[in-house]
Amino acid sequence: MTALDVKKIRADFPILDRQVHPGVPLVYLDSTATSQKPLVVIEALNSFYRTYNANIHRGIHVLAEEATAMYEDSRVKVARFINAPSARQVIFTRNTTESINLVAYSWARANLKSGDLIILTEMEHHSNLIPWHMLAFEGGVRLEFIPVNETGSLDMQVYQELLKQEPRLVAFTHMSNVLGTINPAAEIIRRAHAAGAITLLDGAQSVPHLSVDVQELDADFLVFSAHKMLGPTGIGALYGKLELLENMPPFLGGGDMIKTVHLRSFLPNSLPHKFEAGTPAISEAIGFGSAVEYLEGLGMTQVEAHEQEMIHYALERLEEIPGVRVYGPPAEHKGAVAAFTLEDIHPHDVAQILDRYGVAVRAGHHCAQPLHEKLGIPATTRASFYIYNMPHEVDQLVAGIYQVKKMFS
Amino acid sequence: MEDLYREVIIDHYKNPQYRGKLEPHDISFEDDNPLCGDHIRIDLRIDKDSRVNEARFDGHGCAISQASADLLTESIIGKSLEEIKTLNKQDILDMLGIELGPVRLKCALLSLKVLKAGIYGLGEASDDLVE
Repeated sequence: MTALDVKKIRADFPILDRQVHPGVPLVYLDSTATSQKPLVVIEALNSFYRTYNANIHRGIHVLAEEATAMYEDSRVKVARFINAPSARQVIFTRNTTESINLVAYSWARANLKSGDLIILTEMEHHSNLIPWHMLAFEGGVRLEFIPVNETGSLDMQVYQELLKQEPRLVAFTHMSNVLGTINPAAEIIRRAHAAGAITLLDGAQSVPHLSVDVQELDADFLVFSAHKMLGPTGIGALYGKLELLENMPPFLGGGDMIKTVHLRSFLPNSLPHKFEAGTPAISEAIGFGSAVEYLEGLGMTQVEAHEQEMIHYALERLEEIPGVRVYGPPAEHKGAVAAFTLEDIHPHDVAQILDRYGVAVRAGHHCAQPLHEKLGIPATTRASFYIYNMPHEVDQLVAGIYQVKKMFS
Repeated sequence: MEDLYREVIIDHYKNPQYRGKLEPHDISFEDDNPLCGDHIRIDLRIDKDSRVNEARFDGHGCAISQASADLLTESIIGKSLEEIKTLNKQDILDMLGIELGPVRLKCALLSLKVLKAGIYGLGEASDDLVE
């Protein structure tokens, strides 16, 4: 296996050349929030609008045919990327959040009744909590949570106990956006199936960074966003097993999701169009296809290996700073995300001062407020790494943290 | 940017002069900035002319939010409630002596929102109080 040529990769990302303050280059350590975009993705959007912009599916003219072909070709690429058995099992949505809401509105409302149990975890992003909260308020489903233990992993014994209550759905994150924990998805899914539940895997953080194979994992639903994996904002995907998707009622109603329409009735379209009402984000979907192609070109095994190197180095450097506490499991069990606290200095102050040195990190609860409550802290500062990050950027982060310490000492 | 952590801000953050609670008090209100978990409580004692006799703030959060709370608390002692109602965003920025982007502005303005919500007797410290 050849290692990633990061210098060459960086040349593909025009934004990495910019200065964020006069004379201060950008050190982008916020890819967990959103990744930067390579030129091929930017050009895919550009070329759509410059040369073949048209609405898809119904047009007869050349532009419409080209746009439709590119849009559907992108679906094929995304399906291949996660090893979906067929492209029609990949529904384009706005993002991970919309994909989860689609399952909550369509599958859950048709299949769950009051008193039914959904198992979630304490490390979920708000996007995998609120749709289920809303369902619980409205329809009386029950929610239980797999606890996070002190090493930042899920408590599998409690999970085993919860499964005895015959849950209908287990919805969980593959990789925590705060702790970086990579959860044992295959094992969680296997046990859920054994207990008669179906599963929703939140791949917002895992699909960009790991090889995720829906058939190997036997996932029932997988949800993810393009913008965290080099693609544009406004486009994401829902993968589902064919039988589930076929039997689900439509989500949003409108054009393109129908087969025939009469004044007082309609017949829904077949998959995947049944779930894609209205004109979709066409250029973004095409850009999504370019993004997964770019990642495939690098090789996800190589991506994983590079990120392991980065997080090992980052944790080693961060943990040698007095007053820094990094949350989550050790490097070998996590993705390339390091959420930390620095003494009792508020993460907003840390992030603001780091920005002075061009270092872009995130500060806050990262849409995982319950997890922060569990950790007993209001917020963390989070540095995250991707294919274009290099060890010297970790050094710049560390130098910045020493400046913060100095200012608040 | 250099100015954002000017000495006056770090100083008021580390050594606040008006941190504490007043028991009893005439007005007390508290609220959070949901974005970052900053929390501010402000207690006031009011004299018969509707002027602030004594004021204290309490809470936790970033340097900007806590320093602006200390500066604001200091500035309102002796002011009438009617005068306080006219305070706005610019008054806080003048006190801090810095410019702030939209995200950090919320940190800086939390104490004023809490103060005004308390004086008006509102249920929550909403953004339109400081526009």
